[in-house]
Amino acid sequence: MTKTRLIVETNTTPALPRFVKLRHDKGRDRWIMLAPERILTPDPIAVEVLNLCDGEKTVSEISIHMAEIYNAPIDVIEKDIKAMLQDLADKGFLIS
Amino acid sequence: MIEAGDNNSADLCAVAPMGLLAELTHRCPLQCPYCSNPMELERSSGELSTEDWARIFKEAGELGILQTHLSGGEPTVRKDLEEILKAAVDAGIYTNLITAGVLLSRERLEGLVDIGLDHVQLSVQHVDAKLADKIAGFKGGYSKKVELAKWVKELGLPLTVNSPMHRHNVEYLEEIIEFAVKLGAERLEVAHIQYYGWAFENRHTLIPTKEQVYRNADTVDEARERLKGIMSIDFVVPDYYAVRPKPCMGGWGSSFMTISPTGKVLPCHAAASIKGLEFENVKDRHLRDIWLHSSSFNKYRGTDYLPDPCKSCEFREIDFGGCRCQAFMFTGDAKNTDPACSKSSFHKDLLEIAERESKLEPKEFLYRKFTKQPQPTK
Repeated sequence: MTKTRLIVETNTTPALPRFVKLRHDKGRDRWIMLAPERILTPDPIAVEVLNLCDGEKTVSEISIHMAEIYNAPIDVIEKDIKAMLQDLADKGFLIS
Repeated sequence: MIEAGDNNSADLCAVAPMGLLAELTHRCPLQCPYCSNPMELERSSGELSTEDWARIFKEAGELGILQTHLSGGEPTVRKDLEEILKAAVDAGIYTNLITAGVLLSRERLEGLVDIGLDHVQLSVQHVDAKLADKIAGFKGGYSKKVELAKWVKELGLPLTVNSPMHRHNVEYLEEIIEFAVKLGAERLEVAHIQYYGWAFENRHTLIPTKEQVYRNADTVDEARERLKGIMSIDFVVPDYYAVRPKPCMGGWGSSFMTISPTGKVLPCHAAASIKGLEFENVKDRHLRDIWLHSSSFNKYRGTDYLPDPCKSCEFREIDFGGCRCQAFMFTGDAKNTDPACSKSSFHKDLLEIAERESKLEPKEFLYRKFTKQPQPTK
């Protein structure tokens, strides 16, 4: 049962583990991620990315989708998304 | 992304709390000599009912509470834990069970998971079974904890191992880290004991040397790098060896509240140690009223009340002058700068005490237990 660090690559299919809950905080009108002893407040773009993390779409597919919506260069978008997801993985809040 | 407690708003009425420590009971099979419960433990006869807690969580959800720590004492002592948990889950609150892990059966844990429990935090006193049981004052506890950790993982829940650090386990940090990894923990808390209440009474026997604490910090740095994405580690040094005070509770009455077993609503779990503060009971008023209007929450809100050196300090909005309880304990006035801060005129006394006591021969533990006299009820 040795765990290893998840390295987020282009073909990774990211998902949130069951215990990380992405939900809208009605009182404060913002999105939050609830995790053990932590409350994260992802920005609206991060929330869009996280909603695409369903364990089926690859980082590449998510990046293409986001690049289309925001009419932005795919290489820049993919680099940003990878960095964001790697940060979450290193906190233990992302699986694949 | 930012952590909980991130507000500097002057309009405190607009700020809702995010965390609730629910001390369901002060009863506990363990007797750790550094227990964070008050010296005057609240008796079971005065404990809130199931209905009280159900109402509290409904009100807490409406007030904006996002996370709750179901704690104690030992929360699993309560036979109605299931109903209390369900009320928190129904209110949309993220639930964390803080347990010693010696009373839970696999069946009961499974039931809690089915209701919607999100996370288990398990205390582990030491990696050596005999020493662990000695510190906890409870025979056979260690092996039960290991079993519980296994069940938590089997049931797919995240696990935090909490090992409070002190002189009797400070040299075993590397082993504790390896142990937590083996248990499959996602998080390890290795916070050094802070010396309030029971721990204050046992300070001469518990406080480690400055060198030991600094070595711990290096060990944690190395382990964090090595265990990136495998297990995260929270490490806290004892205030006595700090340079800057901790931003206690993220600021008094800013984002956190505690409810005691009998229903006292406290700005922090140790707040009752500050003489002269009056606390409201959740049985008498709506939680929102207490949060917004009670004198105990308003007394040390914000930073305007802080005298120098805080008044003119650039870190005022970062650490809020530290801990009110410690300021009261050492300076006689809770408004003062926490002596953990190097700018406090009391700081050198704190360091001197720590350096002297950490070299004393340890005495027998004064174990945490209920005192003979029933405490007066309000």
